[in-house]
Amino acid sequence: MSELINDFVVRFANVNGTGSASANGMFAKAIFRMGIPVTPKNIFPSNIQGLPTWYEVRISEKGYLGRREGIDLMVSVNPQSMLKDVQSVRPGGYFMYDSTKPLHKEYIREDITYLGIPLMAICLEQYSDPRQRQLFKNIIYVGALSALLAIEFGVLEQLLAEQFKGKEKLIPANVQALQLGVKYVQDNFNYPLDIRVERRDKVGKKIMIDGNGACGLGAVFAGATVAAWYPITPSTSVVEKFEKYAKKYRVDKATGKKNYAIVQAEDELAAIGMVIGANWNGARSFTATSGPGVSLMNEFLGLGYFAEVPAVLIDVQRTGPSTGMPTRTQQSDIMIAAYASHGDTKHVVLFPSNPKECFELTADAFDLAERLQTPVIVLTDLDLGMNDHMSEPFEWNKDRQYDRGKVLTAEDLENMGRFGRYLDVDGDGIPYRTYPGTHPTKGSYFTRGTSRDEYAVYTEDSAVYIRNMERLVKKWETAKTIMPAPYFYQQKNMSPIGVIFFGTSTYSSEEAIDILREQEVVMDAMRIKAFPFNEEVAQFIEDHEVVYVIEQNRDAQMRSLLINELEINPKKLIRILNYDGMPITADKIVKEITQTLVTT
Amino acid sequence: MTYIRPTFRHPNLPKNKINYTKKDYEGALSTLCAGCGHDSISGAIIQACFELAIEPHRLAKLSGIGCSSKTPAYFLGNSHGFNSVHGRMPSVATGAYLANRDLVYFGVSGDGDSASIGMGQFVHAIRRNLNMTYIVMNNGCYGLTKGQDSATADAGSISKAGSTNLFNAIDLVGLGLELGATFIARSFSGDKTQLIPLIKAAMSHPGFALIDVISPCVTFNNNTGSTKSYDYVREHIEATSTIDFVPTMEEITTSYEEGDSKEVALHDGSVLNLQKLNQGWNPEDKLSAMIALQNAKTKGEILTGLIYIEPKTQSLHEVLGTCETPLNELKEDLLCPGQDALEALNQSLR
Repeated sequence: MSELINDFVVRFANVNGTGSASANGMFAKAIFRMGIPVTPKNIFPSNIQGLPTWYEVRISEKGYLGRREGIDLMVSVNPQSMLKDVQSVRPGGYFMYDSTKPLHKEYIREDITYLGIPLMAICLEQYSDPRQRQLFKNIIYVGALSALLAIEFGVLEQLLAEQFKGKEKLIPANVQALQLGVKYVQDNFNYPLDIRVERRDKVGKKIMIDGNGACGLGAVFAGATVAAWYPITPSTSVVEKFEKYAKKYRVDKATGKKNYAIVQAEDELAAIGMVIGANWNGARSFTATSGPGVSLMNEFLGLGYFAEVPAVLIDVQRTGPSTGMPTRTQQSDIMIAAYASHGDTKHVVLFPSNPKECFELTADAFDLAERLQTPVIVLTDLDLGMNDHMSEPFEWNKDRQYDRGKVLTAEDLENMGRFGRYLDVDGDGIPYRTYPGTHPTKGSYFTRGTSRDEYAVYTEDSAVYIRNMERLVKKWETAKTIMPAPYFYQQKNMSPIGVIFFGTSTYSSEEAIDILREQEVVMDAMRIKAFPFNEEVAQFIEDHEVVYVIEQNRDAQMRSLLINELEINPKKLIRILNYDGMPITADKIVKEITQTLVTT
Repeated sequence: MTYIRPTFRHPNLPKNKINYTKKDYEGALSTLCAGCGHDSISGAIIQACFELAIEPHRLAKLSGIGCSSKTPAYFLGNSHGFNSVHGRMPSVATGAYLANRDLVYFGVSGDGDSASIGMGQFVHAIRRNLNMTYIVMNNGCYGLTKGQDSATADAGSISKAGSTNLFNAIDLVGLGLELGATFIARSFSGDKTQLIPLIKAAMSHPGFALIDVISPCVTFNNNTGSTKSYDYVREHIEATSTIDFVPTMEEITTSYEEGDSKEVALHDGSVLNLQKLNQGWNPEDKLSAMIALQNAKTKGEILTGLIYIEPKTQSLHEVLGTCETPLNELKEDLLCPGQDALEALNQSLR
């Protein structure tokens, strides 16, 4: 096989809880620092210590950030998974392993190259402390990889210096461990390999961050003051990162007092209840959860919709149904997000597809929730939330003001007639609200999940009920006009074939479009960013004879939502699905689209 | 419906110290059954708020679902109210309290709401010592669904339909004590002399104040054999003490013999004057409260009055270390770190 410069996949097979994460992270970051686009993914078990875990790094000079099948170099430091790991290397690839003990013959393949490094033996000789032996083993293999793949050693040294800022005493030992790896390669192998990296300038101003961190940061910038949550993989780090950034930016330096409150609730029901209570009382408040939590939150989401209380919910999707595969990814909460709770309900859903959008759409969610007085769900997933992604840098317009929606002040109340909490004064379906405590005699009302008239007075009058439900539909129509618009990949349509995707299906879909274009299959592409769908979404489908909908669930939920909401002939929308818990690949999309093109 | 209330009021109704009349604390007309204990409790709440001179609009009233949870519509019409979902009022109250620490939070729940479907939230609101008054209108049955036994119905209590309750009751007072609630009382809807000062004391308490009020259901649980009927409760009631609430800055005029009375200074400067103490009971001694409660239970008595109080206690905001300004009043300048901070952060992520 010819040389592969800046275009290959390295997979690390580790044991969960052995400190491999920071070493592997340093490996990926070093390549990023060399100006080469990189996409790392943790493939981990629902376990704290002991089970196999993998870290997969795709290096792509072309900037493709989706997952790719086929391992070019496997770094195997976990005997538990070694047989499977050997088998997963593509023919002609490399298998790096700990050669302290000889490999059993069942691990030997003729079509791959073995790179044996006696990691354990080196550690036993160099270190006496068992924990050091374990931790430095990881650093040694990173050192070895730097020589094999031509990673600049200075970049690694710089990363160590940053990592141990304030604990500088630890740096020399780590540098020495890197050098042990380099030395072993220099003494024993031809290096660098035919797969390797070369410095480029393909990264620009981009940053590396996980989607959950970006959501947490977005909530800080959007002025969220109350966060209520219940721990659940893969959403836990959203609130943890919110707290990290809030501690950094929101603590009064003089008094040490916090301009925010975080409560770990007793369950998801309570978490969303607190969010509803805080928003009702005029604070921006949010929660983060995953599918099982959304199931529990259904009742309150219905209350939020019907009583018209803002709320922001970040759903970091994982593989369902039920407990499913808690540490695997999926886009399978689309239906439950769109229609959560009993009765006729609909919710605003936003679909970020990279960290920058996690930041922006989380911030937008607070504006939309208050403008529309309704819950807004930000739908990300484990792949986006828990992995670092290369992203455009964050931006915040200094002139941006929070949109707090239609809220009456004491002065407003003083100068108006009778206040009607559910009265459609402006004809957009959005009534005016008041915060508790505003005015001694005007503006109070009774918030309830029961039907009521325009003045919030309980009623079972059918005509009044219908009037209210119709107003909620009008509000929904208003929502369509302020939703983030879809992203179009072409100035004007060029093909009768369209393709729709959203969220983390984006990376691989973009790559698949390029691959197909090389095969002379031209498709127009649209990335959906929000539900309700606005007119442009309907028009795009209208303008194409056939439209592929790429998504990561079994039941083609986005396709169903499009059919249901836009009254589209189902035959027109072709499903391209992946739901094995791993991020969708471009190869899979290309294969499936090609197949349907042949048969139609 | 209980009664038709005339809208006409005497022009010279007495005013409290902030110039409000009792009418300013009333709400909509009740739709509960005539004679319902809950309406008496609503009346006591109105009286207590009037006497305490609470600004009605600075109070938020919250409830769950059930007959009890309808009552916030029937008192304090100038207060914002939130009739949430079944058993989940504590979480809504928690969020509301976090958003604005300056309002008074008043929660109304029922025995189904607090002892069954919402037990988890009830327990955790106590655990967080949420600064609110939490009244359970306890009638031992599900009124709105026509009289099924609730989790606070005593074993052996006979329903209107004649069936015997087979399961032990959950005693919310005993549970609250065990969980570390900092203000616990029990009362009876038919005893306003006791209930009104208890509500006033509860509202002056800086943490979670629980009042379990036995409130007979006249329609479904007021029959012979029921342990939550008016007759049964009147026959078995026993008080820890009589209680007198003395607001901040008012002189204490009555005096009692030593050993028979106790003063408890509340956080806000008001004083609880307790007389004719139950033997061996001290409201600030949890163990004595537990013993008094168990003794009463053994004797088949319903112990009412103040059961336990920890007057000096930290509110949730103090525990969390939040700023003095209500969080819902903070603006962009304090909340949004801005583009410069963001650019520095971008740099650290490269």
